[in-house]
Amino acid sequence: MSILINNSSKIVVQGITGRSGLFHTQQCREYGSHIVAGVTPGKGGIHIEGIPVFNTVAEAVKYTEANVSMIFVPPPGAADAILEAADAGLELAVCITEGIPVRDMVPVKGMINQSKMRLVGPNCPGVITPGECKIGIMPGHIHKAGKIGVVSRSGTLTYEAVKQLTDNGLGQSTCVGIGGDPIIGMNFIDVLSLFNEDPQTEGVFMIGEIGGAAEEEAAYWIKKNMKKPVGAFIAGVTAPPGKRMGHAGAIITGGKGKAEDKIRTLSECGVVVATSPTRMGDAMQEAMAAGTRKKSK
Amino acid sequence: MNIHEYQAKEILNAFGIPIPRGRVALTADQVERAAKEMGGRCVVKAQIYAGGRGKAGGVKLVHHPEQAQTLAKELFGKSLVTPQTGPEGLRVRRILVEEAVDIAREFYLSITLDRGTSRYVLIASAEGGMDIEEVAAKSPEKIQTLNIDPFTGLRPFQARHIALQLGLTGSVCEDCVTLILNLYRVCLEKDCALVEINPLVVTQAGWLMAMDAKITFDDNAIFRHREYPDMMDYSQLDPLEITAGKYDLAYIKLTGSIGCLVNGAGLAMATLDVLKEFGGEPANFLDVGGGATREKVAEAFKIILQDKDVKGIFVNIFGGIMRCDVIAHGIIEAASEVNCTLPIVVRMDGSQVEEGKRLLTESGLNVQCGDNLGDAAGKIVRMLG
Repeated sequence: MSILINNSSKIVVQGITGRSGLFHTQQCREYGSHIVAGVTPGKGGIHIEGIPVFNTVAEAVKYTEANVSMIFVPPPGAADAILEAADAGLELAVCITEGIPVRDMVPVKGMINQSKMRLVGPNCPGVITPGECKIGIMPGHIHKAGKIGVVSRSGTLTYEAVKQLTDNGLGQSTCVGIGGDPIIGMNFIDVLSLFNEDPQTEGVFMIGEIGGAAEEEAAYWIKKNMKKPVGAFIAGVTAPPGKRMGHAGAIITGGKGKAEDKIRTLSECGVVVATSPTRMGDAMQEAMAAGTRKKSK
Repeated sequence: MNIHEYQAKEILNAFGIPIPRGRVALTADQVERAAKEMGGRCVVKAQIYAGGRGKAGGVKLVHHPEQAQTLAKELFGKSLVTPQTGPEGLRVRRILVEEAVDIAREFYLSITLDRGTSRYVLIASAEGGMDIEEVAAKSPEKIQTLNIDPFTGLRPFQARHIALQLGLTGSVCEDCVTLILNLYRVCLEKDCALVEINPLVVTQAGWLMAMDAKITFDDNAIFRHREYPDMMDYSQLDPLEITAGKYDLAYIKLTGSIGCLVNGAGLAMATLDVLKEFGGEPANFLDVGGGATREKVAEAFKIILQDKDVKGIFVNIFGGIMRCDVIAHGIIEAASEVNCTLPIVVRMDGSQVEEGKRLLTESGLNVQCGDNLGDAAGKIVRMLG
């Protein structure tokens, strides 16, 4: 078991004929993901790397039974691509695209809330179930199948965390990069609740950063609902207020969104927070050990 | 992306929102002439990319054109330091001269994104002219908020409800309804991350007017607004931040001596955190993007080296899909091109990491490799300590 994706996921790539769309399609396929179709409006009918390309997601679903989308459509058309995926009845869309305007995402989020499709991202590294399926741009080789669920707002910092987990002998059930934008599909709580119900997942590592209040909300949810140990790291303890640290969402404004507040809240809610980015793997191990002690009591 | 008050007001005015009569001036003589036009008694407002100008002496009522000129001479070329600028302040290059308006009442009005609900939110308060965050902290009951449904949009009855809550009645109330609806149009059509009128006033004569305004554009939406880059006042930005922007690098100047080059925003923040933990002071935040191409690494290197405070460089690249040997070539190329003799510590991970490290150690540069994040951070701090 795992969450969101596994070796039976059938993937359609929206924006497959673009440079990064094609490159990552190849990378995902090499990892073992089943890419069954591509969509690029106006290019329907061709094959690229042996993959049939359609004009619409609906056509791709009709002929290939794709159930998950990986989106590489550039920002001007990306919001439309997400809505098209939902309209075609897919279960999940993973949107990698960085730089979608907020005005485009506001109605998309409104629609997604009413749709049965789950959205991961945008502006995220994607989702990977090690050894089974990779949908996104993360390096597959640092992952190892196991029992730790990973959920993160970051990209490369997630790779760092995963590597530390793997080095500490902690494999991963599924790793989900939820994205660093102000408006995203699935949030920490959505992913945590899936991990909570997944029998393979025995603990969760969560990676947050400055800005917004998503980490605090997740902390309160964990305290109330989480049955499994949680470790965490929050980036940006030393970030100056008022400066946007790369991600559209990562900014401390009006004294809100500070790392220290997030760390305090998480700790108060029973999460083991790594005090340094060099000790993320250790924090998870500590959380697992504490969880075992709790159980045996 | 930020713009000046006068530019924000021009946009509001184009959407039917009344603003005071005014003129932008680039010299003290222009300020004097503009003051004459306004009839002598006028408000002189320094234009910088930060709030809190009033208390810093950047906004003053004057009574004669000569007085306006004298004040302008003081302000031009001066750096205004406000709670929002940081200790070095921002240079005043433009001054807005406006007619003095007799004010009866002041309000606060803004539209921004509410991340909690993923919707635009209208914020209004009868405590105008104040710092809204202060009002929110001290007396939250004085703030009205309205989440805007993206499918129905902002409706006139909702705007009327807000206007009535502000205590407006009669024709001014209906004027305010129109103004609020127009403000939402500005927010959508101009792709604003924030559009704020503070204060919105009712004049003694009974008219609504935007006395001060702030607009921040959504950086991601610049592709559909070709006019935005031309509206930018580059004098308000750090020159290195401007260069970085050209190459699509996220760069923020900090106060320390360790230049940082990292791929990915989260990892870049974590890198600053780990340097501080080891007792080092980072000179900058720099994210070359998760993909970290050879070209971007090379440009980033040059930008870091232009900062004279930099005494050593810390490179932290989690290669991911990009191979480490390719990144190593980028570093060597850039460092040789600018004759970099400063100590460099590189921490790389990902595919072909051994080959990348070999290339670096054999390059003849003053470079060391770290085995992991902690090891590398310790090395650069010790080398500069």
